[in-house]
Amino acid sequence: MNIMTEQSLENAVGDKMKSNEVIKMRGDKVGVFYGEKQALFDVDLDVRLNQVTALIGPSGCGKSTFLRCLNRMNDTIDSARVTGKITLDEEDIYDKNIDVVELRARVGMVFQKPNPFPKSIYENVAYGPRIHGLAKRKADMDQIVESSLKKAAIWNEVKDRLQEPGTGLSGGQQQRLCIARAIAVSPEVILMDEPCSALDPIATARVEELIDELRQNYTIVIVTHSMQQAARVSQRTAMFHLGYLVEEGATDKMFTTPDDKRTQDYITGRFG
Amino acid sequence: MSSLLVLAIVVAVGLVAFFIGRQRAAAQDNGKVKPHSRAHYHGWWAFLLAVLPALLLLAVWAVGSSVYLDRHIHAALPERTVDSKVASEALDVSLVKSLARGLRKLDAGTLAAMPASFAELQPLLAAKGVALASDTQDYMIPIAVEANKVQDRLSLFGAIVILASSIAGAFYALRQIEPRARARNNVERLMLWGLLAASTIAILTTVGIVLSMLFQTITFFESVSPMSFFFGTVWDPRFAAAGSGGSQGQFGLIPLLAGTLYIAAVALLVAVPVGLMSAVYMAEYATPRVRSVVKPALELLAGIPTIVYGIFAVVTLGPFLRDLSAALTGGSPFIQGQSIFTAGLVMGVMLIPVVSSLSDDIITAVPRAMRDGSLGLGATRSETIKRVILPAALPGIVGAILLTASRAIGETMIVVLAAGVAANLTINPFEAMTTITVKIVNQLTGDLEFNSPQTLVAFALGLTLFTLTLVMNIVALYIVRKYREQYE
Repeated sequence: MNIMTEQSLENAVGDKMKSNEVIKMRGDKVGVFYGEKQALFDVDLDVRLNQVTALIGPSGCGKSTFLRCLNRMNDTIDSARVTGKITLDEEDIYDKNIDVVELRARVGMVFQKPNPFPKSIYENVAYGPRIHGLAKRKADMDQIVESSLKKAAIWNEVKDRLQEPGTGLSGGQQQRLCIARAIAVSPEVILMDEPCSALDPIATARVEELIDELRQNYTIVIVTHSMQQAARVSQRTAMFHLGYLVEEGATDKMFTTPDDKRTQDYITGRFG
Repeated sequence: MSSLLVLAIVVAVGLVAFFIGRQRAAAQDNGKVKPHSRAHYHGWWAFLLAVLPALLLLAVWAVGSSVYLDRHIHAALPERTVDSKVASEALDVSLVKSLARGLRKLDAGTLAAMPASFAELQPLLAAKGVALASDTQDYMIPIAVEANKVQDRLSLFGAIVILASSIAGAFYALRQIEPRARARNNVERLMLWGLLAASTIAILTTVGIVLSMLFQTITFFESVSPMSFFFGTVWDPRFAAAGSGGSQGQFGLIPLLAGTLYIAAVALLVAVPVGLMSAVYMAEYATPRVRSVVKPALELLAGIPTIVYGIFAVVTLGPFLRDLSAALTGGSPFIQGQSIFTAGLVMGVMLIPVVSSLSDDIITAVPRAMRDGSLGLGATRSETIKRVILPAALPGIVGAILLTASRAIGETMIVVLAAGVAANLTINPFEAMTTITVKIVNQLTGDLEFNSPQTLVAFALGLTLFTLTLVMNIVALYIVRKYREQYE
């Protein structure tokens, strides 16, 4: 585990020189079955370090399914079965020796609907560090909570009411609280499943700004239904359709000169 | 005419009204006006108007005519004198009524040549399988014959009135039929009243129960002071002959209350951890296959009658524990055959499915997003359960435990058999203690007259128990409701 982290640190340093080249996660012929039904077919997709990768496509196209493969959240669904190979820093995350719990600490997740625990704001953020034993003393924990909330750009709004329940915040604040909660365990990758779909435009703008800032320190994969959002926040875009990966490339190119007609149709709003 | 026949005719009238109404409504739909209600609603409205008022009338008539008949018989009976052979007026009337019922079994020929004395009549009736009390007097025979005639007249007249009202209702509804008539709304409104009546019955019954207990309790407190009842530490009601009221016992609630709470506490100590853990397993870990077998099996346990648990406690578990304790100490058993421990243990087993079923529902109601959120942060399943799901479900679980506790306090059959009847005050769980419910059973078993404190105390005990469980249920419901609002 230590070796792995050092390696990824080296990768991060190397990234400065040969930019866009470091592959953080790699999907190789990934397929997903829910019972008998196949939801995802042979997806080859790379996630690059310190970039935002956006997954777009019409509803039911498999983009959320792929996202949930990246930290093995599909394991919590009894009937789900994953084929193919997914690596994190060249290490197969579906290998028998991988500790799923540890993997999820490295690959954090923010969900579609804000889902703060029915606990105080402080306890929501401290939850992850506490179960992973990241803070020895109360002061350390305070430090982690504060810096996580600051990174999630919500500190100024909640610093005076850390002991109030997290469920009492507004939708946008709740979502940023959930991002802070994910950041608090220092993940390497953050997966976001339509993080703004339950938010109003102002809250959405704040979360998008935040995603852009977070890119400095984390690798981000985001599922979104909004073309504009994908164009605004991501560097790479992958287009899914009916369980297949249609096309993947730099966001600029995808939104101006896509190779596939389906991508063009979807982006220009002709279907989806 | 018998009520059953009248009922059948009324329903038949209703059915005819239904078909005519439906047919007429369908015939009127000529496509020019959009009908307000579909044809079968007109049919149902006619059916309801034909049947419901008639049914109400039938019920009123049945009650009214039996009251009238009672009065009639009562008036016909001779004045009671000191040397009356029958014990009371009420008995007089009921003897005449059963005689009248018996006479109906006889054929016309026998009735024409009616013997004048009961001694001659009795074998005739016995041959028809009618057994009558030997208290029946000769002078009751003509009264009974007369009563039968009155009853025949009454029921014939009643049947005519009821059938008339049924037909009138049907005609009224059928005349109303036209395309814009709002039969659908009428039927809907009647449904609403029906549902309202159904839900009111339970509430009114509860009010009735409370009131009846309240009045008896007040009578009890006229002879025993509330202070000595609620704070007395000695339970020794003594047995008094009916109506004598001479020897006054001691009616201290404390030993019974202590026993009730003690046994309930032991039961909860067994039921809550086991039930809760099985609920967690069922809700979080069990595969659908296991769940589909284990959950019904556990709920089956809740269907076992409590008397069966009681028998198990007193026949099997009690002696086993006594012998076991005897073997442990080498001779003298420290666990009695009937003990708090035994009763609590068995009651606890009985309550496991209650706890687990309620908690299972509550745990499953915690949104999946909570689980995902926690698992997505790298928490293990048990960490998720311990730190997120149980805290989120806690208010609901507390509510479930309180509901279970009120079941434990009100439980009767297990403690009657397994806890013993000695009203002790002890803290040793291996001794016998008794509960409020056991004492209610004791005081009300046998032939009783409700005029001595020995029997009336049962009502005071019942009301105390009712209040206790009512308060617990209210608190439980309050907590559960508060919990529900959390995810709205």
